[in-house]
Amino acid sequence: MSLREAIESDKFVITCEVAPPKGVHMEHVLEEAELLRGRVDGINVTDLQAACMRVSSLATCVLLKQQGLEPILQMVCRDRNRLALQSELLSAYVLGVRNVLCLTGDHVVLGDHPEAKPVFDLDSVSLLRAATGLMEGRDVAGNELEGDPPELFLGAIVTPGADPLEPQLYKLRSKVQAGARFIQTQAVYDVDELARFMERVSDLEAPVLAGIVLLKSAGMARYMNQNVAGVNVPDALIKEMAEAGAKDKAAKEEGKKTDYKAKKSVEIAARLIEGLKPLCRGVHLMPLGWGHHVPAVLEMSGL
Amino acid sequence: MIASELKPTAEILEYLGSEQSVFIVACDGCATGCQAADPEHAGKLAAELSEQGRRVTGAARVEMVCNAGLTALMLMQHLAAVNEADSLLVMSCGVGIQAVAEAVEKPVHPATNSVYLGGFQGLWRSDPRCAECGNCMLDYTGGICPYTACSKSLLYGSCGGPNDGMCEVDPDVPCGWMRIYERLAARGRLDRLTAVPVLRNFRNMLAEGKRRRTSLWALESMAGELSEEASDEG
Repeated sequence: MSLREAIESDKFVITCEVAPPKGVHMEHVLEEAELLRGRVDGINVTDLQAACMRVSSLATCVLLKQQGLEPILQMVCRDRNRLALQSELLSAYVLGVRNVLCLTGDHVVLGDHPEAKPVFDLDSVSLLRAATGLMEGRDVAGNELEGDPPELFLGAIVTPGADPLEPQLYKLRSKVQAGARFIQTQAVYDVDELARFMERVSDLEAPVLAGIVLLKSAGMARYMNQNVAGVNVPDALIKEMAEAGAKDKAAKEEGKKTDYKAKKSVEIAARLIEGLKPLCRGVHLMPLGWGHHVPAVLEMSGL
Repeated sequence: MIASELKPTAEILEYLGSEQSVFIVACDGCATGCQAADPEHAGKLAAELSEQGRRVTGAARVEMVCNAGLTALMLMQHLAAVNEADSLLVMSCGVGIQAVAEAVEKPVHPATNSVYLGGFQGLWRSDPRCAECGNCMLDYTGGICPYTACSKSLLYGSCGGPNDGMCEVDPDVPCGWMRIYERLAARGRLDRLTAVPVLRNFRNMLAEGKRRRTSLWALESMAGELSEEASDEG
């Protein structure tokens, strides 16, 4: 079943992201994707995430496609102008990639080439409009495409925990108007936060998949609260992670190797999914290197 | 304002190479406004060069070095000192440095880096406010330019980056789109956010031939001719 079919059906949709390597060894990312086979409806492949140079999303998507998996091409506007972005959309289609998540992208100063030229010729909304235009047979400049136009399935993102939320909602509506057919969210750690958000977008035509980022430690949670816009990890969860971390540390002092933190992380994610499930159309998992724990999360949450 | 900052002396010495004597041109306009070329820094640079065994044959302060015609005339007044120098060192923005390079037939070295060139900012100099995009969007954005106020020059609202209303690129800078949002809300114009302004047309930023024939361009070429005549006489 394609992502589009899953979203157009009434099933609870699950997507999960994988990250291409910084280097040419694709084994790890392919193994992570393999773990998701039969368990998810789509696999997002990040596009130079955190503005760090690495293998492209498109190349990785094509490898996943060749393995019979369902990739979602993430595209950011930081590194390419409107010619290159549109060309990549056409290239994605001819290589068999159909799902595209359109984002603005982190600024280059946040990444590993802070000296680079930030492009941002288009942004998330205008990239969606460009893709919609291509699907209607014309490019951004109004030139007609030869032959049948490509058929793509477009998605966008939103931050439900943004404060203030109102500006985000305007932009979200622009994204749906520009052609987004599914919405994946920034990490949510508070069921009530998503409930409040969903109330505000009850009339939105595109289904919302709530974002789940696996907590790796109490420190990571605190870091995100401080530095990642719109991510709010409740103190209770930080406390749970801190306690699990302390148990691991105590066991290590006795010379034993334990993994209470990972177990707690999986349990928290599964609990969140159960809580979020009645509120939205699906979940989007972002394991950030902990892809090997995703099957456990899905099993524990009953998906 | 075209903001500039002084280059490290080591880099300047590298440019001078084996040249032993130098004439300094400092701009009294923007470059002094941002303290890169004020008399204190110009004096310090001259002293450092002397310490390094280079001879400063003279120095000129010019109101706006970017005024190419005026700069050429000013240099005429220092003809002897300029002729005596192996090269000229210019403390101004890139426009001023190019104006000096156009005026003299000697090597011209930059002593400053132009750090931003936010277009001509009128007389409200604190921030770049206009990118001269050629298709003003201020009606959509409550009178705050999205191209200069947003670090990513986004046209359709903020990215996911702003944290507590501050920009992801520099946490000391307020998110331009948050400012736009607040301004529109305060003016009761939030409906402007649902409009779909046309994409930026970078071609608008090229000066076409017909624009090059305007009176300002004509004045500039007259000033060039004047300075040529003056140097012929000199």
